[in-house]
Amino acid sequence: MIEPVISVRGLRTAFGDHVVHDNLNLSVMPGEILSIVGGSGSGKTTLLRVIIGLDAPAAGTVQVLGRNLHELDHAQFRRLSRRWGMLFQAGALFSALSVFDNVAQPLRELRTLPEDLISDVVMCRLAMVGLNVRDADKQPSYLSGGMIKRVGLARALALDPSLLFLDEPTAGLDPQRSDEFVALVRSLHRQLGFTVVMITHDLDTLIDLSSRVAMLADKRVIACDTVEKVLQVDHPFIKEFFLGKRGRRALGDMVPKEMVSHGKP
Amino acid sequence: MPIVPAISAQPIRLAGGVCYLGGDWTIAALAEAGAVDERRQALPPVAQSLEWDLLGVERLDTIGAHLLWKAWGERVPEQARLSDKQRAVFQALADNEGDMHGKPPRPTDNLEWLRFVGDLWGEAIENGRALLIMFGQLMLDLFGLLGRRWRVPWRPISAQIYHTGAQALGITALVGFLIGVVLSYLSAQQLRTFGADRFIVQLLGVAIVRELGPVLAAILVAGRSGSAITAEIGVMRVTQELDAMQVMGISYGRRLILPRVVALSISMPLLVIWTGALALLGGALAARAQLNISVWWFLHSLPNAISMTNYGIGLLKGVTFGALIALMSCHFGLRVKANTESLGRGTTTSVVTSITGVILVDALYAIIFSSVGW
Repeated sequence: MIEPVISVRGLRTAFGDHVVHDNLNLSVMPGEILSIVGGSGSGKTTLLRVIIGLDAPAAGTVQVLGRNLHELDHAQFRRLSRRWGMLFQAGALFSALSVFDNVAQPLRELRTLPEDLISDVVMCRLAMVGLNVRDADKQPSYLSGGMIKRVGLARALALDPSLLFLDEPTAGLDPQRSDEFVALVRSLHRQLGFTVVMITHDLDTLIDLSSRVAMLADKRVIACDTVEKVLQVDHPFIKEFFLGKRGRRALGDMVPKEMVSHGKP
Repeated sequence: MPIVPAISAQPIRLAGGVCYLGGDWTIAALAEAGAVDERRQALPPVAQSLEWDLLGVERLDTIGAHLLWKAWGERVPEQARLSDKQRAVFQALADNEGDMHGKPPRPTDNLEWLRFVGDLWGEAIENGRALLIMFGQLMLDLFGLLGRRWRVPWRPISAQIYHTGAQALGITALVGFLIGVVLSYLSAQQLRTFGADRFIVQLLGVAIVRELGPVLAAILVAGRSGSAITAEIGVMRVTQELDAMQVMGISYGRRLILPRVVALSISMPLLVIWTGALALLGGALAARAQLNISVWWFLHSLPNAISMTNYGIGLLKGVTFGALIALMSCHFGLRVKANTESLGRGTTTSVVTSITGVILVDALYAIIFSSVGW
């Protein structure tokens, strides 16, 4: 049996009286691209923050890469966090550093790699995300939204992580840039074979990329399967999400017949 | 699962014309201190006669692959045994070579120091000009408000007075009191040697009310409120709030600068009075301890020691310093660019320049008033 890369069991998170997740379970298998989907305020970003250890849960266990996150001491956690990369929604590039230095930062932080190797790896990462040497010296404040995402992705990939988190990777990109970015993630996924956990609102991105979809509603994961199978689940949120005008357009042939007839006379 | 011989855990092993690579070739292993150098030295040079065997490598990532790739002269040697997965990793490198040969070298500049000095002057002049324009705009805004009471931003002004004045009472009191004590102790020792004990009232009175009180309060306010103003406006730049204001046609001058300048011009003289009072109290207590001058007598002789002119000068300084600090802080806040480093630098420059400016203006006042004969 294959061990899941991430396994969340009985998770409960709460801010004061406001319960975000209650008894939430989620498993992510190696090599897959899992999308987390949910309405606004359903706790997608919170779930991601719990999985990467930025927030602590009120109850439940979170296992990432075989380690229980909340039992690790500082040094162990740091070692573990080198094995994942995260692309933040707004990029979160260090605005005081150039593009090159941003991508080099995780490598330099190890303090043991020689500068020439770092430079090779950084230029390789930049090439992977489609940036060239002229972009390397730019400051983040001069980059466009699409470029920021690319640099953010290059930085997330700097340490060759086995696990990649993407928070709204295509939000704020125009449709063409968004398609390019999806293609980029897909080709890197094929080349490097990492596992992806992604939050997205964008149906096109969702359907193009994900091997499985986790639907977040009612404070838990109501369904976690391929798009086709999730569509079979009878839940108001799933209907609303996929079978609106946009959903149907993005799904194309995947919409089950009985659901289509439901909408049209 | 293939049985991996124990010996393959050794990263590099040469035997019989074959270089066996094994074990862990990922960032996890390479991040060990000295691991990269060790492996680089151990790697034999590429030669026709040498075979490479990577089948013992348990884990390989692009960083480990990079190390080999470079050692191999950016190609996989012909006589190399690799698994398909490993070949794919090297293929990923070959596909994404990028401009590996580094960034173009920065042009060297022999006259850099000259440029630096020039830039410094240019910047100072530019800052002065911008400050002057801001001051002019502020005057226009103020005159525009005359007779139109409903347009005066009362609420922001009162909030700023609270933040810059009321909330600064504690720290100014503490510092003022301690400086008063120190000053009194030091002068008491000197005055006693001349038998001029009684003159401590004149000495402390004039020094504190005319000079020390205003300057001390100004330095504290520059560090406390000036930095806050710069950071506040600077963050508004970073979060595009300033752009939003501009789009809505709200002028920075009336919304941001005017309330702060007016508020500091009001709270600063009040703080000067407060700081001065506490410093004199500290001085009186120290004089009692050191020179046996009763506090009561000390306070009674104060009105004769300090003329109203001196008091007026102190207050005038307070108003000027307050306006100056607020203007400078707003100016440097608006100059912050949309990145974190610029925000930090802007705040530092703002505080340093405000304090320097305060002392400069203080010197200017000293010259002006002494030539008038006050």
